Amino acid sequence: MANSLKLPPGPVGTVGQRSVTWVRKNLFNSWFNSLLTLLSIAFVLWIVPPIIEWAFVNSTLTPSIDACRAVTGACWGFINANLRLILFGVYPYDEQWRPLLAMIVLFGVIIASLAGVKYPRMQKLIIPMWVVGIPVIAILMWGGMLGLTYVQNSSWGGLPLTLILSTIGIVFAFPLGLLLALGRQSNMPAIKTLSVVYIEVIRGVPLITVLFMASVMFPLFLPDGVSIDKLLRAQIGIILFTAAYLAEVFRGGLQAVPRGQFEAGDSLGLSYWQSMRLIILPQALRLVIPPTVNSFISMLKDTTLVVIIGLFDLLGAVKLALRSDPAWTRYYVEGYVFAAAIFFLICYSMGRYSAYLEKELRKGERR
Amino acid sequence: MSKTQNTPGGVRSKTVADYLNDENIRAIIYQIVAIGLVVLAGWYLVSNTLANLERQNISTGYGFLNLEASFGISESMIDYTPQSNYATALMVGFLNTVKVAFLGIILCTIIGTIFGVARLSSNWIVRKLATVYVETFRNIPVLLQLFFWYAIIPGAFPAARNAFQPLPDVLLTNRGMYIPVPVADNAYDFMGIAAIIAFIVIYFVKKWASKRLDATGQPFPIVWASLGIFFGLALLAYLVGGAPTAMDIPALKGFNIQGGYNISPEFMSVLIGLTIYTSTYVAEVVRSGIQAVPNGQWEAAESLGLKRSIALRKIILPQSMRVAIPPLTNQYLNLTKNSSLAVAVGYPDLVSISNTTMNQTGQAIEAISIYMAVYLGLSLITSLFMNWFNKKMALVER
Repeated sequence: MANSLKLPPGPVGTVGQRSVTWVRKNLFNSWFNSLLTLLSIAFVLWIVPPIIEWAFVNSTLTPSIDACRAVTGACWGFINANLRLILFGVYPYDEQWRPLLAMIVLFGVIIASLAGVKYPRMQKLIIPMWVVGIPVIAILMWGGMLGLTYVQNSSWGGLPLTLILSTIGIVFAFPLGLLLALGRQSNMPAIKTLSVVYIEVIRGVPLITVLFMASVMFPLFLPDGVSIDKLLRAQIGIILFTAAYLAEVFRGGLQAVPRGQFEAGDSLGLSYWQSMRLIILPQALRLVIPPTVNSFISMLKDTTLVVIIGLFDLLGAVKLALRSDPAWTRYYVEGYVFAAAIFFLICYSMGRYSAYLEKELRKGERR
Repeated sequence: MSKTQNTPGGVRSKTVADYLNDENIRAIIYQIVAIGLVVLAGWYLVSNTLANLERQNISTGYGFLNLEASFGISESMIDYTPQSNYATALMVGFLNTVKVAFLGIILCTIIGTIFGVARLSSNWIVRKLATVYVETFRNIPVLLQLFFWYAIIPGAFPAARNAFQPLPDVLLTNRGMYIPVPVADNAYDFMGIAAIIAFIVIYFVKKWASKRLDATGQPFPIVWASLGIFFGLALLAYLVGGAPTAMDIPALKGFNIQGGYNISPEFMSVLIGLTIYTSTYVAEVVRSGIQAVPNGQWEAAESLGLKRSIALRKIILPQSMRVAIPPLTNQYLNLTKNSSLAVAVGYPDLVSISNTTMNQTGQAIEAISIYMAVYLGLSLITSLFMNWFNKKMALVER
């Protein structure tokens, strides 16, 4: 057979010929596909040029109403004039480097934690990083020590608020969700029932009802004289909500660990917690990293709901900027597009990363 | 499992430590502790709440449902006036939620399926366009999308005076879309009954057809027959009812449009926003459902000499449905739950009316408990139904 071995057919013909072949094969391989191609091209030509014209050609960046009135396209001047209000909300103007720094720290910790999946040497650092990172962020945001002036959390807002609500939501929901997932797998009927009821009730109701509950009912639950402010209540609501979803993610991971691993732990004489800690969880948690990132993405998108209970996250800050001056109010499209672009950038890149991680994790399995 | 050991001197009596090390006894202790903690926490919260309510002079119980609501609701599917009671108002909200969720589920399934299939198209440009659609709209928060549509829709259309007419008798204004509707008549009630009868008849025809197929191998054009039965019966009922032709046509009277059926901008923005957002998820579900069916299945169908359309219907779809249905259910539930965001654009759904109720009566716990119970009920019913459906689908497997 050796002499009949042929090289795979390589690219034949000139670049021009090859691209013609490609176009034939991918765009015009049947009359139906040709029709679709033509329709799609017509659609693109119909929709893209006006958007480009609106967004780039006929737009202005000058932060003044007059400049905006003079152009027919987008008024990016609205964003330009209100950028810091949109990004940081009503956080004191001179102190806005603090939320900026906090955001950078937050991103750093998130990226480093995700990198831990690929570089096992980083894994031991993940928990210490969060243990240090969260207080650093808290000090930066609140201040009141190390020479930083105190900023109450009712004036937090913008992108840092969005990121903090969703990140702290996931980080604190993590252990709670893990316990709930273990509870759901437990042989003890009472613990199993409690976990199942909690998970299913929370997953059965919309986040907004949980937030309303947090903002309206929490104060009634507390004894006289004790009060927690709105942001913290929303944060607690988000944590309790996310925990139920993470519990289901973890359950998937736990179920993917073969039965024999549990039995191996038992036969080594390990206790339940020992075999969980040393055998089961290291395998299960590795598997759930991509879906956890996905939960984080949906959490990030869902934190916009805090607008409804009157907090100013990124979306809320855009609305605030629109209302700040009646002249700007008509430039809502620019405002929403800007916020949408930020959300898109974060969510899309994390989504791609989680897809990549999933592939990486599968690579190991395939061997 | 007791852990007593036989010692030469006889049976050793159990010590306290033995009991504490017994797995079963430990489990019981853990559970008692867990339940105890939950009960204690619950008791603490309830007693605090009762004390707070008493101090703030807020009454408890669901008695307020019979009181007069005294607020207006912009759109309602049942008779409602501000003189109606709170229970009616909440019913209006519930029906509005169901309306937007029902239409949203149908639309997002259609759109999502189209884009899901388009993402697998052999046509490069179609595939890329579908990818751009899916990636863009699923990575932008749904609330932001709702705000966006709600800002765009009233602004994009003219005032009632110079309403835009895309089709004859269809008016687009900044107060929403007005479409002509038939004037209520007995004939339409007949048609409703005819539709129900048609479904029953179709059910039995289908049963008969599959029995015949099993017995004789003769296929029966069930799709066409069902359509014929359905429309035939409906037409018959329409003719029996006297074939009414009167239409309620929207027209400008004074500064406003009278007549016709008004689709409000609030409703439109909620529906469009939810449909687009959820359709991106449906597209992914459809795509993975199709990809989950191995290529060999297509080839097997081909080698049996089946036409591509029959292979799709009888071999590929049933298998990909089995993969797609659980995540699809999740998406339908998500859409229903996300419809609660209607509160942000002022569409009077259940949550929005409950909030008004809550503000007027001060009875937060009752109002929140009502809508939580409703959503929970919807979720449970859907998942029960889908579990049943799933089992039915899964039974096909050996």
